[in-house]
Amino acid sequence: MAKTKSATQKSIEDLTYEEALAELESIVEVLETDQKSLEEAMRLFERGQALIKKCGAELESAQLKIQKIVGDSLVNFEEESE
Amino acid sequence: MQPNLFSSTLTVSQLTFHIRKLIENDSELQDVWVSGEISNLSKPNSGHIYFTLKDKNASLRCVMWKTDAMRLRINLQDGMAIEAHGKIAVYEPQGQYQLVANQIQAKGEGALYQEFLRLKSMLEAEGLFNPQNKRAIPQLPKLIGIVTSQTGAALRDMLNTIRRRLPLTKIILAPSLVQGSDAPPAIVHAIESLNKNSPDVIIIARGGGSIEDLWAFNDERVVRAVANSKTPTISGVGHETDFTLTDFAADLRAATPTAAAELATQITLDDLQLQLMDYKSRLINLTLNLLAEQKNFILTFASRLKYNSPERRIESEYQNLDELSRRAYSSLIHRIQLHTSNVDGISKRLQSLNPEGILSRGYAIITRKDDGLVVSKVSQAKGDLNVRVSDGEFEVKRNS
Repeated sequence: MAKTKSATQKSIEDLTYEEALAELESIVEVLETDQKSLEEAMRLFERGQALIKKCGAELESAQLKIQKIVGDSLVNFEEESE
Repeated sequence: MQPNLFSSTLTVSQLTFHIRKLIENDSELQDVWVSGEISNLSKPNSGHIYFTLKDKNASLRCVMWKTDAMRLRINLQDGMAIEAHGKIAVYEPQGQYQLVANQIQAKGEGALYQEFLRLKSMLEAEGLFNPQNKRAIPQLPKLIGIVTSQTGAALRDMLNTIRRRLPLTKIILAPSLVQGSDAPPAIVHAIESLNKNSPDVIIIARGGGSIEDLWAFNDERVVRAVANSKTPTISGVGHETDFTLTDFAADLRAATPTAAAELATQITLDDLQLQLMDYKSRLINLTLNLLAEQKNFILTFASRLKYNSPERRIESEYQNLDELSRRAYSSLIHRIQLHTSNVDGISKRLQSLNPEGILSRGYAIITRKDDGLVVSKVSQAKGDLNVRVSDGEFEVKRNS
């Protein structure tokens, strides 16, 4: 629960996919196991909906990012056109 | 020597036959390895292969019969350096000696294989290939490192595979030579550079090629770098049948670069979408259940509230009041009846005491006319008297 609490303080846009998914998982678990007040449950539900939306959008728009090492730095890698 | 052989003139056939006997009786010439470069390669439809092996100063005609040619593992080409095994024979019609080859391998292959075995057993003894040291490959990597050639099909195949399966991930490519004597240090450097970026997994890959092409992946420096990598490694070198020491040192061996890319992305975008759908339906169901529960709760409360409402108390008070008033009324009636019967009794008794009742039995009440006094003694009888009987009065005049 402490994990959820601290995570909820982060705004959803700042979460990585993994963080968002982990929070979603803990929300579902909390709803499944703990008795929450209706108000708290509705707050968790809304947060969960927002997390699902964010994760779904990330999956939809995912684009492979490719960089390559040049010397000591990373540059974007341009694939050869076929 | 055999002086009589040369005492007379020989036919070409006799001499050639003699030379052939000499060569074919030399057991060393019947089991020989010879190295050189292929030229004049000819592969007629018969299936036999003809070529010349050359070095700087000499050349040797060679033939490989169809039955052996069919078993060749390498594709012979002019200019290729090879080692051929076979026997020396004489082709009499042309007066030529030639090597009848039954085995051909790329030059150095035998030595390479010996080196491979030596290095393998040495590194094995050091524990570099221990199965218990193999680490699990993360199922959902955020960052995948790739060591391979920047050009070539292997990289393209891997990028396409990862893009199709898990476009959510990021890739860092450490371009490297993958063949030749400069390849091993380049591969080692690439692995070390990638480790500095802390990827979740490193793929070390190269497309198919000859055993020499893949040799960099048997280099001791490369094998040690793979075994020492902080990041778990997947090798994908050559084809299914190619095994390199890098494969033994990696945490996971894939048959090809594409297979390596698949093993690096065990959880795919489809899996993630299914997982998300699952969370979504669980979240919605849980919330709907909770709401239904709350609604039930509220309904129960509402009926309890109604049951305990003032309205109901007022009704009940009214009822009490009705009851009381009914009881009050009936007790009043009762008391009135009680009084009524008392009054009757009293009235009867009163009746019996009424003096007028006595009059009807013949008694009379006599009063003095002047002062109204009731005369109950003779001494009181003075003046005129009034006599009252049951139905009226009359006067009595006294003569005194």
